[in-house]
Amino acid sequence: MSNREPLLEIKNLHTGFDIDGKTYHAVKDVSFDVKPKEVVCVVGESGCGKSVMSLSIMDLLPKHNGKIDKGQILYKGKDLVPLNTKEMNKIRGKDISMIFQEPMTALNPVLTIGFQMDEVLVNHTKIPKEEIRKKSVSLLNQVGISRAEQIVHEYPHQLSGGMRQRVMIAMAIACQPQLLIADEPTTALDVTVQAQILELIGKIQDEVGMAVLLITHDLGVVAEMADRVVVMYAGQVVEQSNVDNIFYNPKHPYTKSLLSSIPRMEEEVEVLNTIKGIVPSLKNMPEAGCRFVDRCPEAMPECRKITPRLGETEKDHSVRCILYDASHPDKAEVQS
Amino acid sequence: MSQETKKQSEHLLQVENLRKYYPVRGGFFRRKIGDVKAVDRISLELKRGETFGLVGESGCGKSTAGRTITRLFKPTDGKIIFEGRDITNLSGSQLRNIRKDIQMVFQDPYASLNPKMMVGSIVSEPLLNYGLGSEKKLKNEVMELLTKVGLPEDAYYKYPHEFSGGQRQRIGIARALALKPKLIVADEPVSALDVSVQSQVLNLLKSLQKEFDLTLLFIAHDLSVVKHMSDRIGVMYLGNLVEVAAADEIYRNPKHPYTQALISAIPQPDPRNKSERIILTGDVPSPQNPPTGCPFHPRCPEAMPECSEKRPHLKEVKEEHRVSCLLYE
Repeated sequence: MSNREPLLEIKNLHTGFDIDGKTYHAVKDVSFDVKPKEVVCVVGESGCGKSVMSLSIMDLLPKHNGKIDKGQILYKGKDLVPLNTKEMNKIRGKDISMIFQEPMTALNPVLTIGFQMDEVLVNHTKIPKEEIRKKSVSLLNQVGISRAEQIVHEYPHQLSGGMRQRVMIAMAIACQPQLLIADEPTTALDVTVQAQILELIGKIQDEVGMAVLLITHDLGVVAEMADRVVVMYAGQVVEQSNVDNIFYNPKHPYTKSLLSSIPRMEEEVEVLNTIKGIVPSLKNMPEAGCRFVDRCPEAMPECRKITPRLGETEKDHSVRCILYDASHPDKAEVQS
Repeated sequence: MSQETKKQSEHLLQVENLRKYYPVRGGFFRRKIGDVKAVDRISLELKRGETFGLVGESGCGKSTAGRTITRLFKPTDGKIIFEGRDITNLSGSQLRNIRKDIQMVFQDPYASLNPKMMVGSIVSEPLLNYGLGSEKKLKNEVMELLTKVGLPEDAYYKYPHEFSGGQRQRIGIARALALKPKLIVADEPVSALDVSVQSQVLNLLKSLQKEFDLTLLFIAHDLSVVKHMSDRIGVMYLGNLVEVAAADEIYRNPKHPYTQALISAIPQPDPRNKSERIILTGDVPSPQNPPTGCPFHPRCPEAMPECSEKRPHLKEVKEEHRVSCLLYE
């Protein structure tokens, strides 16, 4: 099994937006891998660039001002960045598919569920015309929709949020993609429905054997689903490792603060830990130094001067913080 | 009689069999063709100084319950007793007087502040409304309030758009506190905020509650947040209160199958401790056409044949622990 070869490699990705003639980077120097059949969770607060990162992979950035400035997105060793729309269309939906946060806006309200399901199959597979509808119905059954024969004739507004997200998942897995990108797939859903959808994604992942890149802000969902975790802050990866390290041995002050600021059911604490301030906006990003410095409980004066790099402190555990020698640009001679 | 007065002083608010139905109109002349039973007979009481958490999924009627209790909505039926006084059918100036004591913090800090008003005016407006002084005289008081909720004094001269979501929620809290109310109803005050900011606002609410001796009705869908904030919790499902108990008791010893499923469905931030989940089938039914008998029976893993016929009522199964389920009747 060539399990060690990454399926998706993101290398030094820079995605910027042109605002008033100046380019601001929402994603700055992001690198990480997704291996086959692996669940990688990207976690961070709103405004940290996780959605822009996922849109960059799919080439779905707003055309008028968003663009990838630098870096590579390698899918099975092939760079997706220089591809044109036509070439991307062959990959999108077939090899890499995506589900979105809001299943109402992601489905077309004036077309039936069946039509939208069939469309994916017509575009990407060679299934004969008369069997396409049958395949659509069986896909809907696969995602746990019991009245699939009727649902194909219905419109999105007739379904509940959870059902719509199931339809989205059915469409996403129609061509047995190798990689599913799920951008906050359960954020708009209630907890009991969220539990259903997460279980479904896990089950389908096993059946189809695909890798999942799950983008979320909910650390509970991360703990439930992830093999590996990428923590993003202000457009950068600040820490990445396997799920156990992130939860039981976090290194970056941001990861630590994030973990201690969520209320937990099993504990009784009077005062929650807080992170002072808010994520800096695109236009107010500090040029040099660490981007977390203003909110960091462990900030030192040199944090404002020295820009930390993402360095491997131990095997399979990278951190971007000068508290660790591997991240310090002057101290990490061993690497490079 | 002395017993009676004692009881009154212990409970700030009592709600008895409260119902709120919204009419559904349609057809010829937009006649009324049905009801959305948003709140269908709930009873609860708030002790002085406590935080009562109301938790449930979207559409369970928790917000309607909150807004009906504050009398922003007129109840369809039932009784709301505030400080021993029946406020169910008050109107006009009497209602206005009560509003001084009951204030509200809303979910959306973007929609609940007037963008054209200076923060100082937003916070002093309730005071001006009740003729408690002129804007000039109140300025110091308002500035003090702003510092109390963790905003700089010069916030007084700024506009809502100059603040982040968490700071706006602080403005909303300052406005609610301005009249020194006895009860604050907070409807999903942190659900629009990021976790790091969420904890700031939760801590603030807790400390202000102590300082101002407030009673809090805390409405949210996130059970871990509700548990952190509350002394007692009521779990709502489809317009009904299905379980009421102390916060810790609800978590350690949930009785109602819905509460059990709700707790098990919350993903815990602890990858080595993946507990067995109870996965409910289906979605919450429409409150316009709720199931007969127990509202939860179509999704209940422990449903019995009689659950579809007999409607359960909230019963005490243990001291201070009430459940509405036929398993315990």
